[in-house]
Amino acid sequence: MLSAAALAHRELLKFWRDKARVAGFAAAPLLFWLVVSAGFNDFARFYSGSIALALMFSAVFSNMTLIDDRKEGFLAGVLVTPAPRAGIVLGKVVGAAALAWLQSLVFLLFLPLAGLKPGFFGVLACLGILAVIALLFTLVGFLCAWRMPSTQAFHGVVNMLLMPMWMLSGSLFRFGEAHPWMKTAMALNPMTYGISLLNESLGMEGVFSTLLSLSVLAVWTTGLFGIALFWVGRSDHATA
Amino acid sequence: MLLAVENVSHRYGDLIALNSFSMHMNRREIVGLLGPNGSGKSTLLRLLSTISKPQCGKVEVCGFDAAKHPQAVRARIGVVFQTQTLDKLLTIEENLLACGAFHGLSGRGLIDRVRQVMGQLGIAERRHELCKSLSGGLQRRAEIARALLHEPQMLILDEPTTGLDPVARDDFWLAIEGLRERRSTAIVVSTHLFEEAEKCDSLILLSSGVRVAEGTPEELKATIGGQVVELRARDPQAALESLQSQFDAQMRLIDGVIWVEAEQAHRMIPRLVDALPGEVLSIGFHQPTLGDVFRKMTSRERAAVSV
Repeated sequence: MLSAAALAHRELLKFWRDKARVAGFAAAPLLFWLVVSAGFNDFARFYSGSIALALMFSAVFSNMTLIDDRKEGFLAGVLVTPAPRAGIVLGKVVGAAALAWLQSLVFLLFLPLAGLKPGFFGVLACLGILAVIALLFTLVGFLCAWRMPSTQAFHGVVNMLLMPMWMLSGSLFRFGEAHPWMKTAMALNPMTYGISLLNESLGMEGVFSTLLSLSVLAVWTTGLFGIALFWVGRSDHATA
Repeated sequence: MLLAVENVSHRYGDLIALNSFSMHMNRREIVGLLGPNGSGKSTLLRLLSTISKPQCGKVEVCGFDAAKHPQAVRARIGVVFQTQTLDKLLTIEENLLACGAFHGLSGRGLIDRVRQVMGQLGIAERRHELCKSLSGGLQRRAEIARALLHEPQMLILDEPTTGLDPVARDDFWLAIEGLRERRSTAIVVSTHLFEEAEKCDSLILLSSGVRVAEGTPEELKATIGGQVVELRARDPQAALESLQSQFDAQMRLIDGVIWVEAEQAHRMIPRLVDALPGEVLSIGFHQPTLGDVFRKMTSRERAAVSV
């Protein structure tokens, strides 16, 4: 726990010192939301999808620091200490997820413009769901970054993975209106359940039941954490 | 016995990095690893520092098997890598505090320990500076501070003075020797620099993953009988063959220079020059150095590579 806290604290401290990163990830999805919503003259429809876009990308990309950590030797320095492997994964992932989560909160300022009135508990639920999604995608990013030789390669692979996940999540079109094979693809995508939960918390209709969606997200998150733990345990990839 | 390495082999695909290597070490001992690039030094240090697991054989630190109880080993070793492991965007103190946390230190104890180590290494006044703004020498000292936080029984140093100027290098070695005196820490260090190797209690010479020589610096130098005569000739290969047929002495051709081991070099030199009329470009002699031992022991392999 101590090492996890130390790593997470370092992540936040570094982020704070590198302020150019702060503005980065929320701006583009925010612009997307404003333009598309104004175009369709429906500010609620793309709201969850746009938060998800901001959150997914900032969560995955906050792991890019892992590649630098490995190249610069910091990671090797951590791995020769008796810090438990679970603590290392947890610290890195929680730190990065917290950053992504904080960035996505900018969107909540625009709730009135979206015409959504989720109420206090709705916002609270929304914060919780955003945190779970942030964790899930930070883990996706962690796994991609662990083996990736360079930040350039990481960019390529991650974009190839994230864009389809986002497009097939119900952010762009509604689950109910989709072609049957599209529905199958969407049902396999964990992000679909995230969007469903987000919509529900913001007072819109969810596609799946709360329990089902929460379970799917929980299973994915735990599963990815398990894989991350296994990989870090076999630490041959830890040094450049 | 602080460190026992028994018959360890390690390969990367087809490349054999270490071949059935063994070594032993006691407290207070400084063991130097010498070897050309790719000789297996770094692989050995990776195994000792539990970054890699041995594919066969056994590594034991303080009685703990590194493959079965890596956590116990990690708690007892301090590692200084060739590369920087401190976070450049954090200050020295922040780096050390984080590292102490990885070792399970916390609260007042952690802060006191960090202060103490920074004081020992003379970096206390610079503790609020970001690591990226420090000079190479100071960064290295901060690296040692990091490796010493948890009072390890064994220090593993992988070419620790790479990129340091001579003054910073001397400082580094003063710190290392002080540590051995005060805390009886055992130190294993890999190096390219023969003058650093002279400071070690014993040396292991590695070549192609095999130990080719071992002993104190004096013992190793004594393996060269007497002095070393260096001779440059117009046609080195022909000159070598001619000399070998006339003299009963150890000779070899290394990088175009003929090396002759001579017990009484001053008597040998005129005879060598007489034996090669008109061929000798220059000739001289010196007392054996670790560099000579290194070249002698690794020349066979280098000859093989050049063929």
